[in-house]
Amino acid sequence: MPVNPDIVGRVFPPTAAYLVGREKVREFARAVFADDPQHFDPAAARALGYADVVAPPTFAMVVQDLTLKQLLAEPDSGIELSRVLHAEQRFRYSRPIVAGDELTAHLSVTGIRTLGGNAMVTSDAEIRDAAGEHVVTATSVLLVGEGDA
Amino acid sequence: MTDLTVGDVIAERTVHLTRESLVRYAGASGDFNPIHYRDDVAAAVGLPGVLAHGMLTMGLAVQTISGWVGDVGRILDYGVRFTRPIVVDPETGADVGIIAKVGAVDEDAVRIDLTVTHAGATVLVKAQVRVRLA
Repeated sequence: MPVNPDIVGRVFPPTAAYLVGREKVREFARAVFADDPQHFDPAAARALGYADVVAPPTFAMVVQDLTLKQLLAEPDSGIELSRVLHAEQRFRYSRPIVAGDELTAHLSVTGIRTLGGNAMVTSDAEIRDAAGEHVVTATSVLLVGEGDA
Repeated sequence: MTDLTVGDVIAERTVHLTRESLVRYAGASGDFNPIHYRDDVAAAVGLPGVLAHGMLTMGLAVQTISGWVGDVGRILDYGVRFTRPIVVDPETGADVGIIAKVGAVDEDAVRIDLTVTHAGATVLVKAQVRVRLA
């Protein structure tokens, strides 16, 4: 099944709130070889003006991933995980993610370009905090292969 | 932060990835795609071996400038294109080299360009970080 161009502009519900835990931030920071104290030590984070430990920049992917699961779950999307390659990724920040944040992400598919049998699917996940303030917008470009049939 | 000139190298490092690094990132990120830890699955889908997660490469690349950036809140924008996968050998792992250079300077921000290579080839292109100056 080719990628369905009708998913551009489709409205998706916001994801369930994701509560950012201090130990999760530390675990993620270790996994991306981050060593700055702001990611591990609440006192170091507070010295920079944050309420708790600060997540590394790409932590937003953990929340964005919830929206990509929504996209893959659309029965008529024509997008199957086994045929998907991550082609591009970008984050635009209003502020960093901090432990204690309760984040929701709102998915929109902004474009589909076909290249031969492949499709490039661009989507934005707008991530907001519990007060509704913008935190970061995560943009992914997925290269979806044609697959069998 | 003063006297930044386009082309200046502000930081560089090499990160050694092992299979443990990939399993650790899988757990931390929630990305459990088996091509990142199972040789049989990687081979079955035609890959040359178990690959590092693209988002792990993106995540560790920006850490090269963390000491220079200081407060993560100064990072306004970070984007990459994934061009080439990194095969992580079960015994010898894989080295990822990162060089961070000043790409552009304007009144309130500087663009840092990251050159990210593995085995002599570029693995991320247009890896750019915009950092607020003040």
